Amino acid sequence: MLTLLEIALLLLALAMTWRFLGAYMADVYEGKTKWLGFVERPIYKLLGVDPNKEQSWKRYSVSLIAFSLVSLLFTYFILRVQNLLPLNPSHMKAVTPALAFNTAVSFVTNTNWQNYAGEQTMSYFSQMGALAVQQFVSASVGVAVAIALIRGFSGSGSSTIGNFWADLIRGILYILLPVSAVAAVIFVGQGAVQTLGGPVTIHNALNGVTQTIPRGPVASMEAIKQFGTNGGGFFNANGAIPFENPTPLTNVLSIYLLLSIPLSLTYTFGRMVGSVRQGIALLGVMVFFFLVWTGVTIVAEHGVSPALDAAGFHSQGAGNMVGKESRFGISSSVLYNIASTQTSTGSVNSSMDSYTPLGGMMALSGMMLGEVTPGGVGSGLYTILLFAIVTVFIAGLMVGRTPEYLGKKIQAKEMKLASLGVLIMPITVLTITGIAMLVPSATGAILNKGPHGFSEILYAFTSQGNNNGSAFAGLSSNNTFYNVAGAIAMWFGRFGVILPSLALAGALASKGVVPATSGTFRTDSALFGALLIGVILVVGALTFFPALALGPLAEEFSKGRLF
Amino acid sequence: MALASEVKSEEESIHGIPKTRGLFDKEVLLPALKDSFVKLNPKQQVKNPVMFVVLVGTFVSLYEAVVNGSLFTWSITAWLALTVLFANFAEAVAEGRGKAQADTLRKMRTDANARRLNEDGSESLVPSATLQKGDLVVCEAGDIVPSDGEIIEGVASVDESAITGESAPVIRESGGDRSAVTGGTKVLSDRIVIKITAEQGKTFLDRMINLVEGANRQKTPNEIALTILLSALTVIFIPVVVAIDPFASFSHSQVSIVILVSLLVCLIPTTIGALLSAIGIAGMDRLVQRNVLAMSGRAVEAAGDVQTLLLDKTGTITLGNRMASAFYPLGEVDERELAEAAQLASLADETPEGRSIVVLAKERFNIRERDLGSSYSFVPFSAQTRMSGIDLDGRVVRKGATDAVKNWVLSLGGSVSKELDEISDRLAREGRTPLAVSDGDRLLGVVELKDTIKQGIREKFEQLRALGIRTVMITGDNPLTAAAIASEAGVDDYMAEATPEAKMALILKEQEGGKLVAMTGDGTNDAPALAQADVGVAMNSGTTAAKEAGNMVDLDSSPTKLIDIVEIGKQLLITRGALTTFSIANDVAKYFAIIPALFVSRYRGLETLNIMRLHSPTSAVLSAVIFNALIIIALIPLALRGVKFRPATASALLRRNVLIYGVGGLILPFIGIKVIDMIITTLGVF
Repeated sequence: MLTLLEIALLLLALAMTWRFLGAYMADVYEGKTKWLGFVERPIYKLLGVDPNKEQSWKRYSVSLIAFSLVSLLFTYFILRVQNLLPLNPSHMKAVTPALAFNTAVSFVTNTNWQNYAGEQTMSYFSQMGALAVQQFVSASVGVAVAIALIRGFSGSGSSTIGNFWADLIRGILYILLPVSAVAAVIFVGQGAVQTLGGPVTIHNALNGVTQTIPRGPVASMEAIKQFGTNGGGFFNANGAIPFENPTPLTNVLSIYLLLSIPLSLTYTFGRMVGSVRQGIALLGVMVFFFLVWTGVTIVAEHGVSPALDAAGFHSQGAGNMVGKESRFGISSSVLYNIASTQTSTGSVNSSMDSYTPLGGMMALSGMMLGEVTPGGVGSGLYTILLFAIVTVFIAGLMVGRTPEYLGKKIQAKEMKLASLGVLIMPITVLTITGIAMLVPSATGAILNKGPHGFSEILYAFTSQGNNNGSAFAGLSSNNTFYNVAGAIAMWFGRFGVILPSLALAGALASKGVVPATSGTFRTDSALFGALLIGVILVVGALTFFPALALGPLAEEFSKGRLF
Repeated sequence: MALASEVKSEEESIHGIPKTRGLFDKEVLLPALKDSFVKLNPKQQVKNPVMFVVLVGTFVSLYEAVVNGSLFTWSITAWLALTVLFANFAEAVAEGRGKAQADTLRKMRTDANARRLNEDGSESLVPSATLQKGDLVVCEAGDIVPSDGEIIEGVASVDESAITGESAPVIRESGGDRSAVTGGTKVLSDRIVIKITAEQGKTFLDRMINLVEGANRQKTPNEIALTILLSALTVIFIPVVVAIDPFASFSHSQVSIVILVSLLVCLIPTTIGALLSAIGIAGMDRLVQRNVLAMSGRAVEAAGDVQTLLLDKTGTITLGNRMASAFYPLGEVDERELAEAAQLASLADETPEGRSIVVLAKERFNIRERDLGSSYSFVPFSAQTRMSGIDLDGRVVRKGATDAVKNWVLSLGGSVSKELDEISDRLAREGRTPLAVSDGDRLLGVVELKDTIKQGIREKFEQLRALGIRTVMITGDNPLTAAAIASEAGVDDYMAEATPEAKMALILKEQEGGKLVAMTGDGTNDAPALAQADVGVAMNSGTTAAKEAGNMVDLDSSPTKLIDIVEIGKQLLITRGALTTFSIANDVAKYFAIIPALFVSRYRGLETLNIMRLHSPTSAVLSAVIFNALIIIALIPLALRGVKFRPATASALLRRNVLIYGVGGLILPFIGIKVIDMIITTLGVF
């Protein structure tokens, strides 16, 4: 159960992390941290990269896309031939082309949507050499983009935004690897499985049943799964199974890990642009959404599930425990799932499908806001900065000045790129969900009728379009349509935002800085925070309101009627 | 902006820029009604992506109405069509006001013949329209100046009221900074020879006509950025609405295309989309109303962004010229004796300072002006002597700069007490100008000349400071005097002993730091700085070079105008921002009207979302569409007049506008749609 002590410790730990990890990340990406230089330098030599040679946004983008495409091919290839590769004690067969494609895109885009059950599909080699590797590099790519965009703001009149290869390697080496290593040891200490020894077979003499219990290198993957806001677990049941998430401590540790980088990046941002207050304004917006969404969901789940109530199962004040682990209880389950859906992690420790319509809608709508609350590693920051630019533009007009953000004028080009980056997600999600409604193999894959079934499909594409990877469940999505459509949603949801962000970084970097005066609209104020909240809310609500009305809202207002 | 009082007779309005017409003047409204239909031309509509979508939606709805028509589909079609027409109407009204002004200005273009001066000195009568750049023409009393030009010979008084509205004639003479004449003005006296400096069709009057007509209005950078945002907000709602169809079919629910089109039109930002160009045109118009001609909309926008204002001391910060305000006699000298000598030295001095001394002497000691007879000789001020005075009946009286008079007295063998320097320095520190007076070899004392700071200018600068604008006073005074006046007027900075070069250097320095600079100027030597400044306002009384270098011309030649221009620039942006916010905030209520209406037949529970308790699905949709159309008409006056602007800090401005247009925009449609729904229901049609 979630105790006040746990919450207090979590908050304290996050506050310290925000300050120190935030500052540390700024040092890392400014090239000031060198304690792993003896590893870093040979890597650059091997890659033939000069880390001090800055790239234009175009070169940065080309490097990033090329790297991601190679990663995609590499991952796909391993999954396709895993039967021929070592570390396959359960003799897993080669992954089918459509599933391998979907999975490769999923891990390269930091989504970790899983159209498979890990313990029944993937060899140890695939889990470690293909999927976990991507959990590190895709997270580092995300942070790199955020840092590049920050450099766009902090630079003045330069045409470069940093070096992609240096950013990629520094992120992995100095941030992701050390923390994950320590966290993995804690997971092991708490009882998470970590072995290459293959599954064990147990014969229960009492009832005569023989069971095969899958095992594997779980703890090591668990750490980066959370810290890199990936979410793809070793097991199908993800954070609900004790092998991955054995104790309340690992439960809280997971929540801590997945919130660490997205929140701390606001400090990094503030420090790199020369005003921590600017970062605090963004942090405030993220925290606001997070608290409201968590609070509402906790209240909803402590209430009555309308469907069960209508069917005569009265919870008698115990709340909606269906689909939740009794060792975590309602609040802890909700906190974990909301933290995970709002950081684009997507790991779960309880079944979203069994949440109340309102509770499910909170997880769903949290993603619909564009994964900025606080969002994934890097992606949360660069996406909220796009929203901030739109906000600054409207607010700037209202004070009678050509809008500026951090001294950079926001003009036609910036508006074009920010709008594109903000709108690509809803357009992708709505279009693909709309198409799914017309495809028999898509609608045939849902296990529930009516609004709940609609929510299951909507949730799937919202999750993939936002590179979250959280699954509502209730959807048999390992078919060609879902594998291909999901891959498209994930690809556009990721690179459709990254490219405008990098272009924006380039456009901003080349601009001079306009000095702030009292006529400048302050972007480190509560007023700005409130406006940014409004813009994020309005964009999310206006684009998804009809869909929500047909899904969770229709279900909620039907008072338990089944369809 | 009163409505009735501004309807003037043709006779009156021909002087100066015709005043704007009332919002509901029928001379503007009737042609605007016609133009609303002319503007339906798809070529015009496609320029405005938001309204183009509405037009396409209207046709889709029309098709539905024709194929399976019902009163509902026909009503929706009609209101969608009205939405487009209302948008056209808003633009047409804004343009119409300009057109009416342009027509009046056109009448001023003279068709009379001009007297062209040939090389041999003879004159020939040619039509004004055939004059070429470089031609010489002669104008005498009563002639209308045929085209823009520069006086190369003679001096004349000119009635410029046709351009400036100011009825007092002005002196124009060859050489110097007062040599420019404008086509359409009238020579009242004397004879001048003018060298034509403008090509046909490019005269000042032509430019003015083009400007008020908005003939080649181009979108400004900020308008382009906003159009991109509005397009994005339009593009996003297309998949939102289109996706409803498969969503609904999955849910076994039927949605009508007409309702989907209605929803789309209600969601895209039609309010700001419809009013955007009217806001821009009206912004230019407001400048014209204050007798400022901006050469581009870009300049008006830049005015809103200005962070540094370079203001000329004289005329902007102080009232005209310095006035004598006190006499300070030296040593044993009687104050009256000093006053008498100073008055004597000034009697023949026609400068404003000189006259003010005569006035002060009369006020203080009742020393009357005397007839000097003919035996005196007046010694005018010169840059070398820096003194002026009079030689009369053997008396040699001088007044002038302290050190000049001091040297003069010493050269005559007189003595100078230390008191003189003490008084002079003290006065200079206080921002006064000391003027020493001598009679023969005796130094009598000092006359204090004082600048009068304009009333209310200090408050004005405080407002500007709140807006984040730094004011820099430009003056030819010495640093001591400049500092004193600067601190009295409350400017942020000053530039003393300013030269055109120093002004230019200051502009470049400010711009290097990323600031936008505005300045006024009139002389030819101001031209480079006017061109360099982001907003350069040339005085109409200034030279052609200055007028061409700046991007605005102030017909009133009032240096204070710069402050008005900045406010108009800001108001323009604020109006756009406020209506954008309003437009987006409106969407929330429209959703609550239409979404329950769409799906309530399938999911009865969604009636909960019908928080306005609208009568029926059809009345709800129709009410939302009608509100969406009517709000455009309702906001035309606001778009034309601009949002109320009070100088305040950015935060205060923003808080106010968010409250009015954001929160107001959220609430108002809930009320509006409900009222319309009640009316429709009462009519009993739906």
